[in-house]
Amino acid sequence: MVSFIVRRILASLVVLFVASYLVYNLAANSSDPLADLRSSTLPDAQKHALMQQRIAALQLDVPPYLRYFIWFGGILAGFVGKFTLGDTIDGQHVTDALGSAMGSTLQLVTTAFVIGLIIGVTIGIATALRIYSTFDYITTFVAFLFFSLPVFWVAVMLKQFAAINFNDFLSNPVIPPLWIGVIAVISGVVWMGIVGGGWRRRLIVFGIATLAPVVVLTFTNLTGWFKTPSLGPVVTPALAIGAAVVVTVLSTGWANKRARYTALSVAVGIGLVLYYPLHLLFNQFGVINIGTVLLLIAVMVVLGGVGGWLWGGNDRRPQIRTGALTGFATILIVLIDRFMESWGIYSDQVTNGRPISTVGASTPDLDAVFWIDGLDTFSHLILPTIALILISVASYSRYARASLLDVLNQDYIRTARAKGLTERTVVMRHAFRNALIPITTIIALDLGALISGAVLTETVFAWSGMGALFVQALHKVDLNPIMGFFLVTAITVIVFNFLADIVYSALDPRIRVTA
Amino acid sequence: MTFGQLNAGASDVGAPGGEDPRNLALQGADGLLEQNAEASIEMHEVEGLSLGRIVTRRFLRHRAAMICLVILAITVVLAFTSQGIDAFGIQIHGWWMWTYSEVPDVINGGEPTLSLVPFNIGIHPLGQDTVGHDMFAQVMRGTQQSLMIVFLAGIVSTVIGVTLGSIAGYFGGWIDALLMRLTDITIIVPFYLIAAIVGQTVGGAGPAFLGIFLGALLWTTLARLVRGEVLALREREFVEAAKVAGASDARIIFRHILPNTVGVIIVSATLTMSATILTEAAISFLGFGVRPPDTSLGLIISQYQSAFSTRPWLFWWPGLFIVIIALTINFIGDGLRDAFDPRQRRGLTRRARRERAMEVEKATAEAAGSAS
Repeated sequence: MVSFIVRRILASLVVLFVASYLVYNLAANSSDPLADLRSSTLPDAQKHALMQQRIAALQLDVPPYLRYFIWFGGILAGFVGKFTLGDTIDGQHVTDALGSAMGSTLQLVTTAFVIGLIIGVTIGIATALRIYSTFDYITTFVAFLFFSLPVFWVAVMLKQFAAINFNDFLSNPVIPPLWIGVIAVISGVVWMGIVGGGWRRRLIVFGIATLAPVVVLTFTNLTGWFKTPSLGPVVTPALAIGAAVVVTVLSTGWANKRARYTALSVAVGIGLVLYYPLHLLFNQFGVINIGTVLLLIAVMVVLGGVGGWLWGGNDRRPQIRTGALTGFATILIVLIDRFMESWGIYSDQVTNGRPISTVGASTPDLDAVFWIDGLDTFSHLILPTIALILISVASYSRYARASLLDVLNQDYIRTARAKGLTERTVVMRHAFRNALIPITTIIALDLGALISGAVLTETVFAWSGMGALFVQALHKVDLNPIMGFFLVTAITVIVFNFLADIVYSALDPRIRVTA
Repeated sequence: MTFGQLNAGASDVGAPGGEDPRNLALQGADGLLEQNAEASIEMHEVEGLSLGRIVTRRFLRHRAAMICLVILAITVVLAFTSQGIDAFGIQIHGWWMWTYSEVPDVINGGEPTLSLVPFNIGIHPLGQDTVGHDMFAQVMRGTQQSLMIVFLAGIVSTVIGVTLGSIAGYFGGWIDALLMRLTDITIIVPFYLIAAIVGQTVGGAGPAFLGIFLGALLWTTLARLVRGEVLALREREFVEAAKVAGASDARIIFRHILPNTVGVIIVSATLTMSATILTEAAISFLGFGVRPPDTSLGLIISQYQSAFSTRPWLFWWPGLFIVIIALTINFIGDGLRDAFDPRQRRGLTRRARRERAMEVEKATAEAAGSAS
């Protein structure tokens, strides 16, 4: 193992060195870094001086195949504490520019990655369990469709429909009855397809899934909910209990009495009993920041686990797990509720009633309390994230489906079923875990693609992230930021390739890493 | 997924059943019946057919893939006949009344004249832009360029990927290590960078060059896949037999090993092509690909993205054609994968499986009844 890691790192360093040398020379020869000065209308003497200044600053008089080593020396200087990636054409340090750009790109890519992964794998599992059903065929088609969409096209459309039109809608937030009907029928068909079963069960599911959106949307229409959304002390615990039920069913099965009680008591405890105390805490604006909120989430997870432990029994692990998961879900719901409370203020006072933003990563010069800041990030993130998610969900759901189907055809699944295990245990414990192995590797390799997809999304939504940095540098033949971008993406790809191999061998003992 | 395996599978199924020890253990009326039911389904599929015939038949039966093949063919014909051909010095005029570079007067603010009820194509079916360019001509020209880039890139990437992959897999050792590091380098060099450099240095060279260049970058997946296949195949007996018979390395690679990887190659090539069209569009969108006065689908979208709220047709149609091309190629690739993968049998739904089980059970009961 150690020799494998050492060899891989050495090989990666060589690859990185050769590739960076290539990129440097290719980029240097792509065009003229002085083009903007040459074509400028300044008087000749001044133009000449500016050119000389730039040539001196960027050492343009050294030919690229040697200039590379000046740049490379900057990296080697890291060993004596003078690490530098050079300056941009405007004299900024590349490390500074890269640092701020990386922050916003990472925010975008990570959010899209996590959400896309969760949704994609869920859809993949649902389709694999209902294989060759109408639901499966429709999902397959939609996945292929999303897979074939150019991300910038989606982004421009989202800008129009999800931002401009939605903001218009918010000025009079009433959904017309026709739309309610369409949404209701779609929801009915989708849930019927997912749940499946005999025609009676299908009809019941269809009825419930059609009625629920009608009721909810009529309610939101009447109360103008979209303008001032909130869950309140009634819906919050109700949602928490719903989450508790789902968590129990997936984690231990509904039949496990102690886990059931754990989940319900945790949901009621945090969602109902602690609702007002938590809100008192949330309004202590001086205390609340990202750190304390994360700490709070951790505390609630632990509380959930303790709740599970308190219910006793011989094997406490399942209910501790269930309790912790329920605690996590419940505190998330409570936090969402608190964010929603600030939505009205954010929407009216910060954005003049047009909250969904299409430009940039945050409102400039906004210095507000944690909740408003969070909403600001959310309203800027949501569109680019959706654009990225649509496409990654499509591919993840295909991977997940194929991988789970592969596992479900294995002999040990038949054995598990023959032993009389419940379908939940077979799917969640025997099949799903093993299906995750190939998914991990594919997804790790996919991350590079996601970052390059972010380049386009950033361009459309005018995010000043890595993509924008790179594209602008490319237009200006500004070598140092190009190399900075290259280093970051290349290292990401190499590291994740490497991690994929390690994780694969850790997850699947049959695979041994060699050479 | 190899010829050898498939042929072996076919002969297994073709042989009279009952010799398999697992089946012998199931002797008795129900065992035989179940076995026959199983065998009859599997045998019909492959009885006395060559691999090529099996694959063709399976592919032709894949409904989605066939529909997509037709749609793609229509798109290709439409794009190439309507605008004619203007590449490599060949110039043939198309049947459409405008060319992509013509600037007729703007009629009715450039609104599209296409309407379905009553059906009417009109003079500018997809509308005009602010200057007056006919959008149908523009989109068709863009489609042409995109298709050309896609096919060129597909061919080039396949040739490079197959050659490098098979050489790496067959010879192993330092050649393998070297070629695989070359693959790594190609993977980590940012795509847009190369595209930008190519675009900026040979901006005028047109889509043909862009296609070849994209192909020269997109071969990595295929090379890795082929290498993996070749690594497994070179240990097989038929390769050893060829070696003993005195075949040269080139002959073994191209005549004995590569035909066995044709499934992987075809499927991967199709999927690469569908990725290429999106990449080409993205590159042109960022301004590094096809340059005006020529046009491509990505370029049209990029030029008119700000016009979306006022003249949505400038934006809809090029995007729609990108989606059509990518989607159809994806589905064709999916159909090919199903056709080439011997494990993929037209799946029985749960209900069909239950019905079949009931049939078998009924037959068993009858057989048992008549036996006693």
